Amino acid sequence: MNTPLSWIKDYVPELDCTAKEYSDRLTLTGTKVEGYEVLDKNLEKIVVGEILSVERHPDADKLVICQVNVGETEPVQIVTGAANIIPGTSGQLVPVVLDGGKVAGGHDGGPLPEDGIKIKAGKLRGIPSNGMMCSIEELGSDKNSYPLAPESGIYIFSKELIKELSLKPGDSAIMALGLDDTVVEYEITSNRVDCYGVIGIAREAAATFNKPFKLPEIKACGNAEDVNDYLKVRVENNELCKRYCARVIKNIRIAPSPEWMQKRLRNSGIRPINNLVDITNFVMKEYVQPMHAYDYDLLSGREIVVKTANDGEIFQTLDGQDRELDHTILMINDAEKAVGLAGIMGGENSKITDNVKTVVFESANFDGVNIRLSAKKVGMRTEASGIFEKGLDPANALNAINRACELVEELNCGEVVGGVIDVYPEPEETVKVKFEPDRINNLLGTDIDREEMKRIFSLIGLSLDEAEENVIVPSFRRDLHCMADLAEEVLRFHGYDKIESTLPIGESTTGKLSYKLRIDQAARNVAELSGFSHAMTYAFESPKVYDKLLIPEDSKLREAVVISNPLGEDFSIMRTQPVNAMLTALSFNYNRRNADVRLYDMANIYLPKSLPVTELPDEREQLTLGAYGDIDFFSMKGVVEELFENIGLNKKIHYNPVCEYSFLHPNRKAEIVYEGVKLGYLGEIHPVVSENYDFKAGVRVYIAVLDMPSVIEFTSFDRKYEGIAKYPAMTRDISMLVPKHILVGDIEDMIGQRGGKILEAYKLFDIYEGSQVQEGYKSVAYSLTFRAKDRTLTDDEVGQAMKKILNGLQGMNIELRS
Amino acid sequence: MKDKLIKMTEEAIEKISESSSLNELNDIRVLYLGKKGHITSVMKSMKDVAPEDRPAFGQLVNEARTKVEEALDEKKEALQKAEMEKKLAEEVIDVTLPAKRTKVGHGHPCQIALDEVERIFVGMGYEVVEGPEVEWQDYNFTKLNIPEGHPARDEQDTFYINDEILLRSQTSPVQARVMEQGKLPIRMIAPGRVFRSDNIDATHSPSFHQIEGLVIDKHITMTDLKGTLDEFAKELFGPETKTRFRPHHFPFTEPSAEVDVSCFKCGGKGCRFCKGEGWIEILGCGMVHPNVLEMCGIDPEVYSGFAFGVGLERIALLKYEIDDMRLLYENDQRFLNQF
Repeated sequence: MNTPLSWIKDYVPELDCTAKEYSDRLTLTGTKVEGYEVLDKNLEKIVVGEILSVERHPDADKLVICQVNVGETEPVQIVTGAANIIPGTSGQLVPVVLDGGKVAGGHDGGPLPEDGIKIKAGKLRGIPSNGMMCSIEELGSDKNSYPLAPESGIYIFSKELIKELSLKPGDSAIMALGLDDTVVEYEITSNRVDCYGVIGIAREAAATFNKPFKLPEIKACGNAEDVNDYLKVRVENNELCKRYCARVIKNIRIAPSPEWMQKRLRNSGIRPINNLVDITNFVMKEYVQPMHAYDYDLLSGREIVVKTANDGEIFQTLDGQDRELDHTILMINDAEKAVGLAGIMGGENSKITDNVKTVVFESANFDGVNIRLSAKKVGMRTEASGIFEKGLDPANALNAINRACELVEELNCGEVVGGVIDVYPEPEETVKVKFEPDRINNLLGTDIDREEMKRIFSLIGLSLDEAEENVIVPSFRRDLHCMADLAEEVLRFHGYDKIESTLPIGESTTGKLSYKLRIDQAARNVAELSGFSHAMTYAFESPKVYDKLLIPEDSKLREAVVISNPLGEDFSIMRTQPVNAMLTALSFNYNRRNADVRLYDMANIYLPKSLPVTELPDEREQLTLGAYGDIDFFSMKGVVEELFENIGLNKKIHYNPVCEYSFLHPNRKAEIVYEGVKLGYLGEIHPVVSENYDFKAGVRVYIAVLDMPSVIEFTSFDRKYEGIAKYPAMTRDISMLVPKHILVGDIEDMIGQRGGKILEAYKLFDIYEGSQVQEGYKSVAYSLTFRAKDRTLTDDEVGQAMKKILNGLQGMNIELRS
Repeated sequence: MKDKLIKMTEEAIEKISESSSLNELNDIRVLYLGKKGHITSVMKSMKDVAPEDRPAFGQLVNEARTKVEEALDEKKEALQKAEMEKKLAEEVIDVTLPAKRTKVGHGHPCQIALDEVERIFVGMGYEVVEGPEVEWQDYNFTKLNIPEGHPARDEQDTFYINDEILLRSQTSPVQARVMEQGKLPIRMIAPGRVFRSDNIDATHSPSFHQIEGLVIDKHITMTDLKGTLDEFAKELFGPETKTRFRPHHFPFTEPSAEVDVSCFKCGGKGCRFCKGEGWIEILGCGMVHPNVLEMCGIDPEVYSGFAFGVGLERIALLKYEIDDMRLLYENDQRFLNQF
């Protein structure tokens, strides 16, 4: 929100500080200033000049020579190329920057240079020019803020303005244009609806600087007639419209607003339009109360009825759009038809035109939640609805309409009919909060005395009741309900920076990571020590990834938690597998020609427990390793095994190649099984899939995925020392001729089972398929190590174990090679 | 005989000094001291010496033998040394050739920052806990004093699954979950992923991380909050760091504050990094709102507490001077390698 400092000073006349001080101190009392702009920061020596004569330049078609009276004895000669300064004319009053002065920008209205532009006397095509007449862009503003400025060329002061300000040559043009101001931008928090208006901020400023605050005094206005003779108002839904105020203005005279009002609006970022519109905008900005004006002659039955719409009803708003309504949406009607979407936008059928004669002003208090929902339903969030939905102070409905009518009279915009229609059947009760200085101090950890608290309350308009038992909360403070709220008020003006720093005392607690987080940390360490870097990816993705990953139509993986309001299809489902995210990250690297990339990701997948989703999904953390370049299947497998060993999974890990992973190479994939439980999978990415992720044919991409909730069941940080072998080991080598289809893993399982307790280890030392081996077979050789902890083994013991193993081999149709 | 022995000895010593290899030296040893060696033969001829001369003769031979042996040992040592030096000389390497490195992977800057934050709070007795990312709206809003229709529900552009379930827009729901378990006192931090419907640009991401902090006990005060976050800021950004508490509003805390730290680049004087402010905003915090305590089954008359929420990406961007948030989610190896 933006407000000009000049407007704040209307209500805090004694405020005297620099913009920097203002910003810093307001920020520290809770009205955060985002920034400020001193409008005349780069405007120097700019005065009102009167053009005395305009003559053609002898040597340039597009230039003219002007003699300009700048309030000094001698006129100043200025050469200009502006299109709207025509030879032979005179008498115009224009802004003139004198020799040695400064303007804010160029005439084309581009971005303003930090230090402005210096103007020096010089010659234009041989003719001396001792200053410059300015366009509105050169003064740092634009046509939007100054509707009377020409499309291009020098800004010429209007007759009205000259009259209003009694402008004469030599006066400050900066003042005349209202540029002697600073615009302050605030970040207003949602609890302080009052601070969306100038009065609210002025009240905070007054309290911050401890200066008197002066509310605008609204003078009674209106003619001798009675508004009730003009209009009847009936509110059918009191819970949705707490208060409805209406007044009538006749003999409307549409004209530009005076400069003082235009300046306030302009410097608040609102474009001045005409007196009637400007008044409602001004009051909205002042009181945070949106108002609406209806053309009285277009209201049938001289009646306003506030009630909800019928389901399916269609209403045309004044932007010409048809809106479909339902029974929850509050409407403003006349005797026959709807004329406005309450709090959102008026209707096309009662729109104010330039020919309007009589106007009805509406200033109402609508239910914020209802306005918010209605605006959503009709798909139109307007400035008014955005304000109403914050929940407004009902007192302001009346204040604002009276203020507006006062301004109508002041601006001579029309004749205000006497009296106000004010439908307010259930006035709001005053909020009272128990005044408990001790509890406030206990919460804050302070020792602020009762009188200081009382002083602070009075600064911000809170009063205490007779016995000082209660703090009486004014209606504009919609955010104060309990002791903690009062504590914040006390602290804001006592100073957040004035309280001590202490540390909590009391029962000591043990700082720790959860067991799961410790496992996560160990897993990350192993991944990083194995050369994988930590990637972070998005939890949501596009449903298109299923096809990219060749996931079958009927796969469970296609059953995802779907976001109802996503940022677009690409972010519309919660991922059910981590593969797409990893491949996307790898592909990003591949496209940037990074060689040998290894990444890991540790994040959730989201598996719905039911569809449609009625309970929270199963969030399962997945450790995903992905790599391409200098890596192969068995290196990936190695990382998995390093990890398992590190987190206490010391038993045999099984790899099952018979598994369903559409995105993996059908013959280079395995499910990782431990103690009969599937813990994850690994493999080479299917070449079709890797091409889908922009990898060139032939680039092998590997992935390994571990389902951490399954893994954690088997983990342990317990370690027991088992001693270092004292007795000698005996080794036996066996060389086998193995039918090709038999997996080495199956041979190992058999060896492990039959080797008995004395089998310490087995190691594959040779595997070969080729010319020297019979077709359909492979040659496999193992070295077996036997050892007992407590004695030297005998040949006989080892021989028996070997016999069992050899029998086992026979059972698998494996022959020994001689 | 004596002269012959002296001559033999001199001859041997000369040969020894002229020898240039261990093999040659060994040959000399055999030639003089071996079973059939010259000096050994002289010793063997003892029997021909008159008995009264034998002791003197024996001594003479032994002296000669000792002399030769000493010369041999000395030479052997010298030759071994020379040989080692030769070998070492041959083994010269260019130590400036490139190193062979075990390629170790790199942590993600967010994780590194998180580990740092966790270390600080674990040291202060906080437990690190987690909560669900897909959450009931009840925990994300209602139990945090943000009832249906509250404007704050619109401020944080939330992703919804349906009317009841959403992607959490903050880590604060973990506060409610921990409080509801009823184990007091509480000192916890809850890091995790949160979601808001912001389009991706240099300073926004629809998915980012927060770290929630919560302390509930008897007699917890606003000054405790200030002291705790002072410590945190000093640990994280250096001992010179100052903090500035500004009033702010969060529905689930009262009083609430935003916390700035003095710019760690310029020390607070104002620079480009802090946009001339001297201060950098890092977190939001406040005293837990009595309504929240009550809704979570804790008696606000007996207990009080504070809560804070830190944006992890913000910390990482500031600490490591990363100028574009998108880098955090692209996972470019060249980016990650720098951490």
